[in-house]
Amino acid sequence: MEDLAKKFEHIKGWGIDADPKNDPTYPMKKRTNAEHAGYTWDRPTQQPIDVEVLHSNERPNITAVFGGTVPPSGLSGKLRRYAFQYGESSYGHWLPLLLADRVNVVEGIIDDLKKGHVPNIFAERGMKASWKHDRSTIMKKAAIGIFAIAAIAAWKLGKKSGERD
Amino acid sequence: MLAMEYRGPQRVRITEKPMPEIKHPEDTIVRVVRSCICGSDLHLYNGNVPDTRVGETFGHEFIGVVEEVGTEVTKVKVGDRVIVPFNIACGKCAFCKQELYGNCHEAAPQATAAGGIFGYSHITGGYAGGQAEYVRVPYSNVGPTVIPEGMDLDDAVMLTDVVPTGYQAAEMGGIQPGDTVVVFGAGPVGIMAAKCAWLFGAGRVIVFDREEYRLEFVRNYAQCEAYNFESIEDPVVFVKRTTDSLGADVCIDCVGAEAAGSAMQTITGRKLLLQAGSATALHWAINSVKKGGIVSIVGVYGPTDNLVPIGNVVNKGITIRANQASVPRLLPRMIEHVQNGVINPKALLTHRIPLEEIADGYRIFADKLDNCIKPVLIPPSAGM
Ligand SMILES: NC(=O)c1ccc[n+]([C@@H]2O[C@H](COP(=O)([O-])OP(=O)(O)OC[C@H]3O[C@@H](n4cnc5c(N)ncnc54)[C@H](O)[C@@H]3O)[C@@H](O)[C@H]2O)c1
Ligand SMILES: [Zn+2]
Ligand SMILES: [Zn+2]
Repeated sequence: MEDLAKKFEHIKGWGIDADPKNDPTYPMKKRTNAEHAGYTWDRPTQQPIDVEVLHSNERPNITAVFGGTVPPSGLSGKLRRYAFQYGESSYGHWLPLLLADRVNVVEGIIDDLKKGHVPNIFAERGMKASWKHDRSTIMKKAAIGIFAIAAIAAWKLGKKSGERD
Repeated sequence: MLAMEYRGPQRVRITEKPMPEIKHPEDTIVRVVRSCICGSDLHLYNGNVPDTRVGETFGHEFIGVVEEVGTEVTKVKVGDRVIVPFNIACGKCAFCKQELYGNCHEAAPQATAAGGIFGYSHITGGYAGGQAEYVRVPYSNVGPTVIPEGMDLDDAVMLTDVVPTGYQAAEMGGIQPGDTVVVFGAGPVGIMAAKCAWLFGAGRVIVFDREEYRLEFVRNYAQCEAYNFESIEDPVVFVKRTTDSLGADVCIDCVGAEAAGSAMQTITGRKLLLQAGSATALHWAINSVKKGGIVSIVGVYGPTDNLVPIGNVVNKGITIRANQASVPRLLPRMIEHVQNGVINPKALLTHRIPLEEIADGYRIFADKLDNCIKPVLIPPSAGM
């Protein structure tokens, strides 16, 4: 505060009503204003960057540690790389990422099939638990499904017979 | 080792993965003995968090045994049983130095807005999570904390997230003695927030949810009022009527992006992803709080935009306080509360599920089946 007062000597009234108790971040933050010094802290050792890590363009570097288990790959990876050209406030960042996530699901299925593994979607969706604890919902959904198929079939057949007329 | 793996929206399975390795001198490798599924995992499970990659392992609520330590680790040693906070935090950056461990600047390269979290998409660092037999735990001189002698493992695992998060939700409410506090959501986090509101001197605690069994649980567990918003025409009007038409002093959002209760929010937020999840609970919180009141948010939303009545925030002079819980900051106090019997976390654990049955575990928790409040996963190699 002393240093700042000196720095802002030329501004009449600078800091005369400053009140340290007026801090809505308390007690979440043990305020020291450390961040006023900028990005100058003694950084932890850098984890070796031995996989591709995408980093926000709002930071200058890759953080000292990171997770590297699923690096970007394939078409979804291309989309992710593209997304990281844009900042975190931009749709240019988030929409390609959401798209990449969906593309990635298809890539996942292709990958499974290539490995000779047909994904058991019922098991993956935990349908055993639904069947045990939520049978009525499953039955309802099944009934709606059957009804929809029947309705489409009836409509198609109706249309066909209509065309004949 | 066995690990949970994400394959796409609402598709998860158990798979064989390579053992994690020490990648950094402050890393440890922990053998997981208990690991929970969290409401936060549901946002990932539903495919609503951008940059969630197929093949990721989720899980940020786990405890375990230290199996291996990096060269610079001094806080824990091989064989220690540790609580691992969900935050990955360096302890050295300007934010960690001020105990904002949920906001570390050295743990998540992909974003500046988010800190590091285990098993929580690539926005929070792309780390493998704890719904597995083993996990790499970075910055082990900050997070991992030895489980006190005599503490039940089921209590310990709840200290990784739910207890400190519920506590911080109440703490951020700035609750003053006698205040009326409304908590939206009676999931594990909301239940804990309701319980903790009393610790700050609340005069009245009201919880909203739509799951009757959860309402009943929170009524008993947190000794509070609890109402089903589906049987109330307008929860905001209800709060006004029950508070002399002024509103609550403090409203807490413990629901986040998966909120029900408004068709418009559900369709735009959860189905079409036109907003970062459904903001129904937050909307209600802003509109239910008194002028000059405080809204505390721990419910999690995606990184894009949400539809909330920000004009009312201005007109009513509301203070909004929110964060990812800073688990390392709160852990010592939470341990005391558990040891002194003030908080009994394990009462929330309704389901013990073998890690191998992960897909059923997610289904049960996501669809609120079988009166589930909180499921805990037990890996085959837990041994305790
Ligand atoms: N900030 C943090 O540090 C932190 C940590 C953990 C969890 N969370 C978040 O807290 C939230 C709750 O977690 P949880 O594990 O208790 O999840 P949960 O899914 O078990 O509970 C959410 C509850 O909210 C209820 N609900 C839905 N819509 C509602 C509405 N409009 N009003 C009131 N209740 C409504 C649901 O029925 C459910 O019981 C999630 O968003 C999670 O991501 C945040
Ligand atoms: Zn959690
Ligand atoms: Zn930090």
